Amino acid sequence: MLSKRIIPCLDVRDGKTTKGIRFKENVDIGDPVDMARFYYEQGADEIVFYDITASSDRRDIMIDVVRRVAEEIFIPFSVGGGIRTIEDMRAVLLAGAEKVSVNSAAVLNPGLISEGARAFGNQCIVLGMDVKQVEVSSQIPSGYEVVIDGGRTYMGMDALQWAKEAEALGAGEICLNSIDTDGTQKGYEMTITPLISGSVGIPVIASGGAGNIDHIYDVLTQGKADAALVASIVHYETYGIANIKEELDRRGVKVRMKW
Amino acid sequence: MIAIIDYKAGNLKSVERALKKLGFPCRITRNKNEILEAERVVFPGVGAAGKAMEDLVEIGVDGAIREVFRSGKPILGICLGAQVVLGWSEENETKCLGLIQGRVVRFPEGIASPGGEPCKIPHMGWNGIALKRTHPVVEGITPADEFYFVHSYYPLPEEKERIIAVTEYGMEFPSVIGFRNLIAMQFHPEKSGTAGLRILRNFCAWDGRHAE
Repeated sequence: MLSKRIIPCLDVRDGKTTKGIRFKENVDIGDPVDMARFYYEQGADEIVFYDITASSDRRDIMIDVVRRVAEEIFIPFSVGGGIRTIEDMRAVLLAGAEKVSVNSAAVLNPGLISEGARAFGNQCIVLGMDVKQVEVSSQIPSGYEVVIDGGRTYMGMDALQWAKEAEALGAGEICLNSIDTDGTQKGYEMTITPLISGSVGIPVIASGGAGNIDHIYDVLTQGKADAALVASIVHYETYGIANIKEELDRRGVKVRMKW
Repeated sequence: MIAIIDYKAGNLKSVERALKKLGFPCRITRNKNEILEAERVVFPGVGAAGKAMEDLVEIGVDGAIREVFRSGKPILGICLGAQVVLGWSEENETKCLGLIQGRVVRFPEGIASPGGEPCKIPHMGWNGIALKRTHPVVEGITPADEFYFVHSYYPLPEEKERIIAVTEYGMEFPSVIGFRNLIAMQFHPEKSGTAGLRILRNFCAWDGRHAE
């Protein structure tokens, strides 16, 4: 039976991780390669790197990080942030990432999803989408709107509709981030997540809001998510990945327990 | 030297990196002589069966694979490489290499987990394997070990003796198959953590013989 995945997310700027404190032993808290290895050894099922480097002429630094991570960890990992073209995708995949994630660039140019899927296979293309709750309207029937620029720009697109369209274009997976819950540590978004996950035939990774194990349990059960993205909750060592999985296993959620 | 067959089918480097990490010299190659001279051969692959068979024939390594199979040297098929070793694939209705009798079929629509949750296709993520018989390449693998899968089609050998392990995904499907000096797995051992590395290490120690 397929396991639910626990996926730590690392933000990387200019080749350094931006969060993560109080790591013990030999882990360099600023080094994404060290942190990836740490989570790999802790039982992470996959790792997401999000490149927040502002300047595009420093993208080679991220490619080098990807290359070094690929030599160290033997689980899938994806890279998102700043992927705007097929060439950006190719560079990241050739360096050793399993998947690339596109977000605002796909909103502005949906053809990027289909071109990427054709060139590299659907399984490589993850659609990252940021959503915000709005009033239900004829334009936004689900009550959740697609946003970009960290939530500052509303795109006039319905979240559920966009998820279905991305699937039809060839996305292999959706990483659904709620701007409303992101950073609150008060739990994942529990309305649009099950609605989208139950309406598409591709896996949905829930993102934004994990503050404790109950939240993760909820989104993987009632929330119908196939995987849970975790950031602060593991970076600040509130919980280890192993503790999270042990507790989920105890509550009857199928997770990978041997690594 | 281990030859990793290069036929434009992606994920070659991750196999190479994993073998190097384990300390086994290997080379990505499409050179027929190099493939035939190798001590063992890895046949990876992602993508669609139709395109893969076209590329194999165009590059001209289909013959080399058959020859290695006849020679008795160990061959490891991974993911799509575990599918095109069968006779025929439903995907793009493709005639394949036919090293193992049988075909490749798509997961049926409407399958669900024992809890009633619909099974999404592709089958993507970590899942276990249940051994149907012993084989040196899966030695030490337990029911708790899980492996990383990404696929919509699975291999279905004609003879059930060819099935080494099965996996549960709304139904039971063959996830490891083998015949003579060929072993093939639907999951990615190079992306499956320590359990996957163990399988690669076992493969590198295997002499290609297996009591049936």
